[in-house]
Amino acid sequence: MKPFGYLRATTVQEAVQALAAHPGARCLGGGTNLVDLMKLGVERPGFLVEVNRLPLDTVAELADGSLRVGATVRNSDLAAHPLVRDRYPALSQALLAGASGQLRNAATTGGNLLQRTRCPYFQDVSKPCNKRVPGSGCGARDGTHRDHAVLGHSDHCIATHPSDMAVALAALDARVELYGTEGARSVPVAEFHRLPGDRPELDTVIRPGELITGVVLPAATASLPSAYRKARDRASYAFALASVAAVLHLSDDGTVAQVGLAFGALAHRPWRATRAEEALRGGPATPDAFAHAVDLELRAARPLRDNGYKVGLARGLALDVLTRLATPART
Amino acid sequence: MDSSPHDHGDDGADSAPPAAYRSEVTLSVNGKPHTLLIDHRRVLLDLLREDLDLTGAKKGCDHGQCGACTVLVDGRRVNSCLQLAVSLDGCDVLTVEGLTEGDQLHPLQRAFLDRDAFQCGYCTPGQICSAVGVLAEAAAGHPSHATGPATPPGRPVPLDAAEIRERLSGNLCRCGAYPHIVEAVQDVAL
Ligand SMILES: Cc1cc2nc3c(=O)[nH]c(=O)nc-3n(C[C@H](O)[C@H](O)[C@H](O)COP(=O)(O)OP(=O)(O)OC[C@H]3O[C@@H](n4cnc5c(N)ncnc54)[C@H](O)[C@@H]3O)c2cc1C
Ligand code: SF4
Ligand code: FES
Ligand code: FES
Repeated sequence: MKPFGYLRATTVQEAVQALAAHPGARCLGGGTNLVDLMKLGVERPGFLVEVNRLPLDTVAELADGSLRVGATVRNSDLAAHPLVRDRYPALSQALLAGASGQLRNAATTGGNLLQRTRCPYFQDVSKPCNKRVPGSGCGARDGTHRDHAVLGHSDHCIATHPSDMAVALAALDARVELYGTEGARSVPVAEFHRLPGDRPELDTVIRPGELITGVVLPAATASLPSAYRKARDRASYAFALASVAAVLHLSDDGTVAQVGLAFGALAHRPWRATRAEEALRGGPATPDAFAHAVDLELRAARPLRDNGYKVGLARGLALDVLTRLATPART
Repeated sequence: MDSSPHDHGDDGADSAPPAAYRSEVTLSVNGKPHTLLIDHRRVLLDLLREDLDLTGAKKGCDHGQCGACTVLVDGRRVNSCLQLAVSLDGCDVLTVEGLTEGDQLHPLQRAFLDRDAFQCGYCTPGQICSAVGVLAEAAAGHPSHATGPATPPGRPVPLDAAEIRERLSGNLCRCGAYPHIVEAVQDVAL
């Protein structure tokens, strides 16, 4: 590992100034992804800014009924928070479906969003990878890609984003709050991660030197029925092969009043299923309507040699979650 | 100061790096305070094993994938292989060595012996520290993937076998001693 300078930042200003003063510096949250990648030689920062001591470690209800989650709130604490369990069950479920108890105790909200892909070629510095070394090629395209993307991938990169949490946040219409030398801004979680295009080295729209300060869960999706379901190679402690987060609110007459649907592990970002949502809005909440809408969305899938199974898997997960949300008595 | 591109991260190899790459850190380990000048690259696991001679926590994978290095930091279980020691200034670290009170084994240590919950024993310190964390988390009302949606927030979660398996899934055992590990934890949880 390359030696690096270190600052335990205690204010957001101090953190942002340190990031500006040390180009290529990285924030250290729980370290569960960054330290791993530094050991592998994939990340080689010359300076780390520890963000854990910033006053960003609380979950607070805002006056408009939304919930602000600080960037350094640990994944385990967020999953256990009574307001999150009560109002945004999909988020709690997604967090608890990820990693292990030990990792969730360390992992932060900001770090979870910015965790890098688990593509094995990205993690192996002896292999070609356009995300790690732009222009070096993509080892996965003709190599091992069973876990890779079926939606929105490019000739340059077929990686997926591994976060479970981000999928639930995308379906729940959450926003990411950012702070940099140019001030504060906020971006919908569903637009925070990018598609790879010809710049796969950029995972998200975060600007150099910008800090994630928090995530805001809107009042509009609070207390609506929501759920997360994930398929993986073993029952626990494994990344998703496909996952689904859904929010579904029915009118008194049983038609769809509000719906949010997002897929995980299918693309370079949490895949917000806007086509399926449009097809469902105002219509019946029946298994046939769900199947029609999900198929409309997954028609865009372009599976690779060895990952066609993901399309059917994601379809099954989505139909199960939507059907369960439409018939709460059965859950 | 750059290391070679083939350096896969064996930190601590270089002797004393320049001051910009070291910091003074005060932390307590099993109740004993230590003030140390730490190479920023040092992870807690290596600090414990190599600098403090506490070899209970084990290095299995070194990448957060096995749980053999599990210790408690401020009462919470974490993978010590992924914790930079420099980030733990002011923290309380508890390792498997710190669980005994004099000659008195911790109830979980006793239960692992009674239930024969290990074969080679390599994963055991991590399993036990993880189980200490599990008991505290369940008592504090933290849910798991195995917790039913109707379970009320804020109240202790009862630990049945399914809960224990899920909550300990971050601790792998190559010998497959899982059935006895679950029984041992269940003995103490009841
Ligand atoms: C064995 C294993 C299994 C796992 N399984 C799963 C799984 O099933 N599902 C899942 O979703 N995840 C899984 N994870 C990943 C885990 O969730 C992430 O490692 C974790 O969420 C990252 O959070 P962190 O705080 O530790 O991030 P760090 O490692 O500290 O940081 C990650 C990145 O975010 C940046 N960063 C951190 N905080 C900020 C901030 N506030 N502002 C700007 N930049 C910031 C860092 O610079 C770094 O680039 C697994 C990890 C491991 C090791
Ligand atoms: S899929 Fe993306 S991350 Fe994986 S090798 Fe190809 S370019 Fe790299
Ligand atoms: S050695 Fe830390 S998790 Fe394997
Ligand atoms: S007892 Fe051998 S690894 Fe668990």
